[in-house]
Amino acid sequence: MADLLEIHGLRTHFPVLSKLLRRRIGTVRAVDGVDLSVRPGAVLGVVGESGSGKTTLGKTILRLIEPTDGSITFEGRDITHLPPADMLALRARMQIVFQDPMSSLNPRMTIGRILAAPFEIHRVAKGTDLKDRVADLLRLVGLPAEAAHRYPHEFSGGQRQRVGIARALALRPALIIGDEPVSALDVSIQAQILNLLKRLQAEMGLTYILISHNLGVVSHICDEVAVMYLGRVVERGTREAIFFDPKHPYTEALLAAVPMPDPGTRRAHIPLTGDVPSPAHPPTGCAFHPRCPKAMPRCAIEAPRPATFAGGHVVACHLHAE
Amino acid sequence: MSTDAVLRVRNLSVGFRIPGGSMQAVDAISFDLRHGETLGLVGESGSGKTLTSLALLRLLESPPAEFSADHVTFEGRDLQSLPEAEMADLRGARLSMIFQEPMTSLNPLMSIGRQIDEPLVRHLGLNHRAARHRTLELLARVGIPRPEAAAQSYPHQLSGGMRQRVMIAIALACRPAVLIADEPTTALDVTIQAQILELLRELQDELGTAILLITHDLAVIAEAAHRVAVMYAGRIVETGPVAQLFRAPLHPYTEGLLRSIPRIARIREAELPEIPGVVPAPGTLPPGCAFAARCAFAAPKCIAERPTLAPTGTDREVACWNPRNG
Repeated sequence: MADLLEIHGLRTHFPVLSKLLRRRIGTVRAVDGVDLSVRPGAVLGVVGESGSGKTTLGKTILRLIEPTDGSITFEGRDITHLPPADMLALRARMQIVFQDPMSSLNPRMTIGRILAAPFEIHRVAKGTDLKDRVADLLRLVGLPAEAAHRYPHEFSGGQRQRVGIARALALRPALIIGDEPVSALDVSIQAQILNLLKRLQAEMGLTYILISHNLGVVSHICDEVAVMYLGRVVERGTREAIFFDPKHPYTEALLAAVPMPDPGTRRAHIPLTGDVPSPAHPPTGCAFHPRCPKAMPRCAIEAPRPATFAGGHVVACHLHAE
Repeated sequence: MSTDAVLRVRNLSVGFRIPGGSMQAVDAISFDLRHGETLGLVGESGSGKTLTSLALLRLLESPPAEFSADHVTFEGRDLQSLPEAEMADLRGARLSMIFQEPMTSLNPLMSIGRQIDEPLVRHLGLNHRAARHRTLELLARVGIPRPEAAAQSYPHQLSGGMRQRVMIAIALACRPAVLIADEPTTALDVTIQAQILELLRELQDELGTAILLITHDLAVIAEAAHRVAVMYAGRIVETGPVAQLFRAPLHPYTEGLLRSIPRIARIREAELPEIPGVVPAPGTLPPGCAFAARCAFAAPKCIAERPTLAPTGTDREVACWNPRNG
């Protein structure tokens, strides 16, 4: 089956402007040459630390931020330079769920009006049909029908996230990008929302891109995983490959740093020193080399090219050349 | 690690006056923090764990907050009855703290060096030269590269991880007996979190400081604490040594919480076990067990009568009429 989404050489750069004259004095390479593809019905996890560019990548795919370079192909159609009028129709097919529903739901609108908005904007329903559709959405995400008459502040974080999901589902999209959709929730509520996302995916044949820093969440829900570091995908592959046969030293270090809720399971500790460098001044060669426990002289000079291994496991590291 | 307590808390309550009554946010909790140990205080949002730490440090404005306790004994003195001036001498010296977001705890207008000098001058009576000498040692000790340059810099010039290292340097400057660490790694990336937890562990070994580690993250507790107290709706529902409590939780809430964490495992579960429902809003607690409405094992007694935290087995306590794994 053809991929639902294909990204080639995607770059999103932001100018750094001087304080006084707003002259361009540099460039933040938030997304810096990303290739990815997602099969219909799959769940792709995008992981990485703050500043890795994972959120910018998600927003660029939806063209909430304009790409600097590269191409985005969705449902067989190049959408990289689609004019705004055509983007509106496309937004019915691709949606986003944000981390904090409180800041993405209008506090002055009832849940009913929030959920009616997509149908009104896209002129697909009105009157009693509209009311029925809103009621269907509430039922779908496990909220009571009377929720339609209440305001966002009357709900708990978990319930608000259900509203955020309902809104994203309104127009039956093919792709949903979840940007840390469960990160703000308590663990007992997080499990409820993850189960809901999984159930909806199976029932509606949805494709997800799940952006998260929580590797436990990603391993639970994703089929494939891409690991980002400073705007680039350093490794991608199946869930099994990334979590149980990682090749890139960054992936290894990231996994080693995840605390386990099982006392006594001391993992091999791979000490990763220092911070993620600024994407405005990325290191030369492989961007990870200043922190890499396995760095070689070559890593400081030459950026590694991605090499593909069995099962579509792709690694960009000089230790793993084809 | 000896078993006598450096901090002993008995029936600490924190409430707030609200229109038409008062709301109990922390409800008669008791625990001991032992010499040199790390006690994890774990709970979800609204469980009262942060209010507990603020009440211990007497950092809550009263009114609106109202607190009471049978006693809060720190190194043999009751913190409740201490005059504010003596409390201020303790805070940042023998009894220290770090919070989640170092950016809001550090003074943005003061250089890092001066902020570390301050407690050394204030509490230890060092002169400015001696204090600065010690500050540079502390900066190096908490793993900040080029301490001289770092001392001249301001908080906004440092990364989140570096700022938390500075907070740790300030908190440990006077070799405290107790460090209260409230979500110290929650705002940090996992690789930085691992570094900070490692640093706290090393410093605890060196200084013998007892740490009250407050967090919502059970994995952090598993990694960094010796013992744990689990809070739910303002009450402690279970305590015990970390290994035993995680292996065989006694309270159904602890069990549910542990099972609902998504784990990195080869074979994944189709569904995560959920705890149904939500935490009851403060002020709406039932007369019995606060967890009864969400508990799969609730009996009529659980709804009617509140269980108290009682010792069971070796070094464990649980507040439940029907404990699990019992």
